Amino acid sequence: MSNENTHKHAHAHDHHDDKPTGFLNRWLFTTNHKDIGTLYLILALVMFFVGGAMAMIIRAELFMPGLQLVEPDFFNQMTTMHALIMVFGAVMPAWVGFANWMIPMMIGAPDMALPRLNNWSFWILPFAFTMLASTLFMDSGGPAAGWTLYPPLSLQGGQSFAFVVFSIHMMGISSIMGAINVIATILNMRAPGMGLLRMPLFVWTWLITAFLLIAVMPVLAGAVTMLLTDHFFATSFFNAAGGGDPVMFQHIFWFFGHPEVYILILPAFGVVSEIIPTFARKPLFGYSAMVYATASIAFLSFIVWAHHMFTVGMPLTGELFFMYATMLIAIPTGVKVFNWVSTMWKGSMTFETPMLFAIGFVVLFTIGGLSGLMLAIASVDLQYHDTYFVVAHFHYVLVPGSVFALMAGTYYWLPKWTGHMYSEKWGKIHFWLSAISVNILFFPQHYLGLAGMPRRIPDYSTQFADFNMISSIGGFIFGASQLIFLGVIIHCVYKSRVKAPGRVWEGAKGLEWTLSSPPPYHSFNTPPVIDSTTVAHAEGTH
Amino acid sequence: MSHHASDSYYVPHGTRWPIIGSLGLITMMSSAAFWVNNSEVAPWTFLAGVLILIVMLFGWFGEVIRESESGLYNAQVDQSFRMGMMWFIFSEVMFFAVFFGALFYARMFAVPWLGGEGTGALTNDLLWQGYSATWPTAGPAELGGEFQTIPAFGVPFINTLILLSSGLTVTLAHHALKMDNRPRLIFWLLATVFLGFFFVYLQISEYKEAYQHLGLTLGSGIYGSTFFMLTGFHGMHVTLGAIMLTVIAVRSMRGHFKPENHFGFEAVAWYWHFVDVVWLGLFIFVYVY
Repeated sequence: MSNENTHKHAHAHDHHDDKPTGFLNRWLFTTNHKDIGTLYLILALVMFFVGGAMAMIIRAELFMPGLQLVEPDFFNQMTTMHALIMVFGAVMPAWVGFANWMIPMMIGAPDMALPRLNNWSFWILPFAFTMLASTLFMDSGGPAAGWTLYPPLSLQGGQSFAFVVFSIHMMGISSIMGAINVIATILNMRAPGMGLLRMPLFVWTWLITAFLLIAVMPVLAGAVTMLLTDHFFATSFFNAAGGGDPVMFQHIFWFFGHPEVYILILPAFGVVSEIIPTFARKPLFGYSAMVYATASIAFLSFIVWAHHMFTVGMPLTGELFFMYATMLIAIPTGVKVFNWVSTMWKGSMTFETPMLFAIGFVVLFTIGGLSGLMLAIASVDLQYHDTYFVVAHFHYVLVPGSVFALMAGTYYWLPKWTGHMYSEKWGKIHFWLSAISVNILFFPQHYLGLAGMPRRIPDYSTQFADFNMISSIGGFIFGASQLIFLGVIIHCVYKSRVKAPGRVWEGAKGLEWTLSSPPPYHSFNTPPVIDSTTVAHAEGTH
Repeated sequence: MSHHASDSYYVPHGTRWPIIGSLGLITMMSSAAFWVNNSEVAPWTFLAGVLILIVMLFGWFGEVIRESESGLYNAQVDQSFRMGMMWFIFSEVMFFAVFFGALFYARMFAVPWLGGEGTGALTNDLLWQGYSATWPTAGPAELGGEFQTIPAFGVPFINTLILLSSGLTVTLAHHALKMDNRPRLIFWLLATVFLGFFFVYLQISEYKEAYQHLGLTLGSGIYGSTFFMLTGFHGMHVTLGAIMLTVIAVRSMRGHFKPENHFGFEAVAWYWHFVDVVWLGLFIFVYVY
């Protein structure tokens, strides 16, 4: 729009250089990407502990065979709510929080492209999750049919069902608006000279994640809308008597669901790709290959969905197509793992907490990837399907995968956000306890699954007793270890007296490190100069 | 792109509208959930939520419009708005794609399998003996009873012509705006608004016909489900688009928009073309075939 620069300039200086005063102005009415990012991260942390408490109930019930602590229906509510809260309440908002904090700083922008929309994206979520959590206190109890909400079981959910559907609608609205904002920010707000192939990997992975979000969140909205109308308005989408098909729900759900799991993991790839070069003191190996691999993974995510449904009944050609298409994903993912390892090769490495979590990610995520390859083989998936092998697989990619990357990113940027150093000693204790206990927790579940223990069942045959007890002990240690994480964060924010320099890690490259710690309220009021010293992983610098 | 950036960026000040919007949304959504669970007050609280949302939209957009008209925004802000609208429409495309997907799945797989095709032979034999796949169908149990469909080349064809003409009139309005011909802009905009609401009127009268005379309801098996959900969501989008066009027309009468700078107009025009294209898909796959 054509207007005098002077006017705009004056306006900018009138209103925007200082933090707003007052609690409501600062947090409720905010348009600032850092404050909104902080809100997202706090929400995610709270949800992480709420969902974690549910996991503790699940592991306590499964500690021994027989029904111990909770009613079977409540157990099913716990598995369902644990998943919904961890996926939509913890990991997704945490990544949006990272995006809010880091993307403007990484591309040389003052803020997100649509700051008011940004506020709304966040402030929908506390209401949505309050509504979702409130279902646990209804007469019918919370949703208990699993987070995948398969009909006809999910349609028998009683009073809570409609509340779950509408809370998912609200989460979807929030995600879509957040993703639109990320795309507009990345495509429109980059400082001059920040070409697409000079962007940090975290920005690239979020650009692609945002595209996935806009493409599939409406699909989930459509799917749950059909569930709603089938339940309350006599439609027959998933009712064979009316010419519909319950399997159709699974197709629609997983057309959303598979890209969704990459929404949870792609930003993790980005964070790890930022951290490993810093502590290996080498440029990222194969920067553009990393970008293309991310894009390939995103593309493939749209054509593999039915590998979640190999046992449901599908034409043979369908089974074969989805099996081979799924296996193709191993290629770009392998490129990534190879590049992370190659970045470390002959680097002068140090092992601060972010690097420990990043290396833990590479090793343990790869285990999850390999069990994923096993699951992709349609003929043997008939044995694994809906067993603890699947549970072990997706927890390996999500916990020491996404969650470790979130922790790595938190330790990496926490000094930048707060201006203070966290306690390296307690960070390392947190890492080692988490890394060891997460394997005690999830590795035995592979054996349980291969031996045939089904998921989402509160009781089991005595032959599964030993591995379940080991797994539960790992789970309790892992859960308790996360209190250390909380302690380290609170200490860093409120108590730590060690000031962090602008470039917190001496090997760190990228625009965010050219700013002070903590950075100014509006990161860049004028576009920064982009050259080989400020670009994170420029082409031609390696 | 990045070269739009000038010497300084524009960052808007804080805003109260989003939190008001969130309150409106949670009021509406939780009321809807209570409503389907047969609460008696829920329809009223639902209405309250909708009203809060409407107030929020007017307040929020009003603020943006005032800022825009006073020349506060630069080219970069304009570009962000454009991208926001484009990706919003993309999300809407994906939303309709789900329901089209359900239609295609039902017609190509679910119904033929129930009729015994392919691996569905046993299903047909054991569960739905004697059912042969046809389209339209209310399924093997004939849920909702017998029904007739709405012929394509009656009102639906007229509606197709109406929406196509409205795409033309909105384009004529755009040309008039670019030529700085205000009376023509307003005339063609009002014509578009009229066509939009006329479409909605005809659609409602068709629904009445379906429910009262044809026996075709939302409960008429998979045909009724896909028919009413697809045309219903489309009709809601046309209604919304026509309201947006009305707002644009009122703004044009108040002298808003400049020949070189009228994103609000363009966003609504894009949206209108989008509902137009969706209708063409509907006309072909729901009515004709």
